[in-house]
Amino acid sequence: MNSPPHFICTPFSLMACQGLASGETLKSLKAESETLRKKLEEERKKLHDVELEKVAEKAEALGELNMKTRRTLKGHGNKVLCMDWCKDKRRIVSSSQDGKVIVWDAFTTNKEHAVTMPTTWVMACAYAPSGCAIACGGLDNKCSVYPLSLDKDENLAAKKKSVAMHTNYLSGCTFTNSDMQILTSSGDGTSALWDVESGQLLQSFHGHSADVLTLDLAPSETGNTFVSGGSDKKANVWDLRSGQNVQSFDTHDSDINCVKYYPSGDAFASASDDSTCRLFDLRADREVSIYSKDSIMFGAASVDFSLSGRLLFAGYNDYTINVWDVLKGTRVAILFGHENRVSSLRVSPDGTAFCSGSWDNTLRVRQEGRGVVRELKQGGTTPYLKNIFLFN
Amino acid sequence: MTIRTLRDYGQHYRPRMACLKNVEVFVVEMQDPKSGVKGADQKLNVTIIPHVINGQDILAWIVTKMKVTTEEAQAFGTMLVAYGYIYPLQNHRKLVLVPDSTLYRFQTPYFWPVQKWPAEDIDYAIYLARRNIRKKGMLEPYEQQHYDNLHKWMNPKWDFIVMQATEQYKANKERKKPDRVVLDCQERAYWIVHRPPRRTHSAMDYGLDRLIDPNAEEVLTFDVVRRTNIFLTQALMRSAVKSSMSLTAFVKFVTTHHNHDPFLTTPVPSNPWITDSDEFWQLNSRSVDIPTKLSVERWVLSFWELISDPRGRVDFKLFLKKEHSAENMAFYEAAEEMRWGAASAIPEKSQFIFNTFLKPGAPRWINIDGRTMGLTVKGLVVPHRYVLDAAQTHIFLLMKKDTFYRYLKSPVHKDMQKRALVPAPHVFTDAQLEANVRNRNPGVSPILQWQQEEEEKAAAAVAARPIDVKAMVATNKLDRK
Repeated sequence: MNSPPHFICTPFSLMACQGLASGETLKSLKAESETLRKKLEEERKKLHDVELEKVAEKAEALGELNMKTRRTLKGHGNKVLCMDWCKDKRRIVSSSQDGKVIVWDAFTTNKEHAVTMPTTWVMACAYAPSGCAIACGGLDNKCSVYPLSLDKDENLAAKKKSVAMHTNYLSGCTFTNSDMQILTSSGDGTSALWDVESGQLLQSFHGHSADVLTLDLAPSETGNTFVSGGSDKKANVWDLRSGQNVQSFDTHDSDINCVKYYPSGDAFASASDDSTCRLFDLRADREVSIYSKDSIMFGAASVDFSLSGRLLFAGYNDYTINVWDVLKGTRVAILFGHENRVSSLRVSPDGTAFCSGSWDNTLRVRQEGRGVVRELKQGGTTPYLKNIFLFN
Repeated sequence: MTIRTLRDYGQHYRPRMACLKNVEVFVVEMQDPKSGVKGADQKLNVTIIPHVINGQDILAWIVTKMKVTTEEAQAFGTMLVAYGYIYPLQNHRKLVLVPDSTLYRFQTPYFWPVQKWPAEDIDYAIYLARRNIRKKGMLEPYEQQHYDNLHKWMNPKWDFIVMQATEQYKANKERKKPDRVVLDCQERAYWIVHRPPRRTHSAMDYGLDRLIDPNAEEVLTFDVVRRTNIFLTQALMRSAVKSSMSLTAFVKFVTTHHNHDPFLTTPVPSNPWITDSDEFWQLNSRSVDIPTKLSVERWVLSFWELISDPRGRVDFKLFLKKEHSAENMAFYEAAEEMRWGAASAIPEKSQFIFNTFLKPGAPRWINIDGRTMGLTVKGLVVPHRYVLDAAQTHIFLLMKKDTFYRYLKSPVHKDMQKRALVPAPHVFTDAQLEANVRNRNPGVSPILQWQQEEEEKAAAAVAARPIDVKAMVATNKLDRK
């Protein structure tokens, strides 16, 4: 007995829920499904005339990359679960298992704001495009928006707004192109679009058959779609306006932990527990590349692209970060430093650095080290900094 | 500690542990008497423990077998320890592989981590009780805490637990001393992995359980299959692009953006994260007078790049003002605001947009074809956030295909290209670098910047409003005396 749809029924959904018509059996429907699938495969095969490696032969080879940790942000008392960059390219919001959400100025390593959520396991956090608010949620099944203020002593929890309401844990959230709308994904298998001011549900997206673990909004000029990945090994692309599932990719062998769009918006990468990252082409509707190695056996938890889309950074459960060449499919570098799983990884909005948050309670900001005379020592608290904000 | 709290969210299913299968194959190979890691007997206190391996040997074996660097092998080895396939003999709380003479042993397959069966609380209670019987006060503080909690929660079963513990203790006494020691080590290692003390990073500490069983077969009822069929039919109707075309597009994108990627091309004047000087951000900010050459080059790549960059948008708007066609951009921005804005503001915004851009004789009337205009005006009777989609797409395409190219040929743009800065790369001495670290610029808070931008927008909106001649005459402003 499937639960009835919570949203406005499109004609297709109504058709699906109607009882079996005469002459139809479950077996006949399954057979029809098989023939349709085969037909789709054939069609897609006809269009597949070249592999990515072949096309990428034209691209020049990458030089050696020498990435170093430039900042280590210490201050969380427990596993860092999620992080997000602000559009000003230097501020970061991060959330952890003990319910603390901290806003850092990663450039100076100062903590600017801190909020203690009334729940543990804050698995999702996002910075608003304007830089004036943050959203976070986790085991409380809600997504709350906290407006940030310039007054350091103000209690941010007083102005908190509960926006999203799911029936199970919140696994991911992101603002759309403004502060007024939030897109959330939840363990209850659905994603939803909410209006921040009223808390109203604008659209909900049903289609995953297990927990939805991640989502990402498309960067394209139309900005109408988003992709979500779940525990059912599928990555689905949805249309924001109609709530329909437009494309689906199910080539992974295990849970998809993270999905991220390619900078041009025509493809996306996914990181999964089967220790591979894959690139899916949206226009050709197929998987085009697998980034894996025999020596990598542990699941990938998080991915992000560099600004040009040439590099793919992936954080793994074996405490390492692998950097892949997207076009050639080879691994360019492997980075160490964390003492526990790398739970989240994001490249800054202008691509100057990337930050990785880990279950070892720290966040590290890393960058290319070419042309630097000596390595600088950074830490969470240098005695030279003025205005160190102390938070419990 | 899996105590079921009162608020049971229904999450009972362990996530898939897909790595265990491959790791087990690897560990079995490691234990092979001929080609595996060589072990030896080790004397610990008075007893001799068989099959002890040291960290260095493990590392060397992994390097040869997987053909990786030592660092990678160490990371992999640490994972083997963190999952409990190998356990350290001395510093048993730290689950890492130390590549020197630190001693390790292979864990018996009985204690290997299994996806299906979690380490049960009742087994843990029996284990702790047995250790307590053996010698009072032998439990560590975190174990004592667990023990007290379990005693509270499992009170009804406590007799059974104590009975089991006593039986096991008696059976243990019958064993030979070396066997007892080995079994003790194995069991202790197992429980450290599955009930890790604070500050121990155990890989079996996987986070939260899932709501829906990831290992259960999806139940295919008729409506699920029907939905799949509808989805597949729609997918067949949708046209896909040839691989060669879309893949070449990726390569093209990467090549054109190569110079703008800070990971591939060193940014000028310098990467702020490396030299601690935020000049790079200042030169590329929205309000800078003269942009950098790199930014200007990026604007040329596509219309979307031009308007995504705040400084580029300012330049484009300047060009539009000179051409007296600023209403297109203004309409686009207003439509974006409505689409992404608050639901409560929609009626008001739609009214404003209609009055300013769409109604016949509007002050900033946009030029769209009759059909789109008709559809839009009709839709505005009952406005919803996507009502301007058709008009917005039309205007966007107009700007993209026509206005953008005129902009690129315009004197505004050409002038900007000539004036654009190519900042000299920074060359800092050690002392200067240290000074930079000390004087890191805290920058402007995004909240202040946002407030500033809002004020500017409001001022621009006031300036863009058409001058009401009658009102000015009424207030005698036009009077020249």
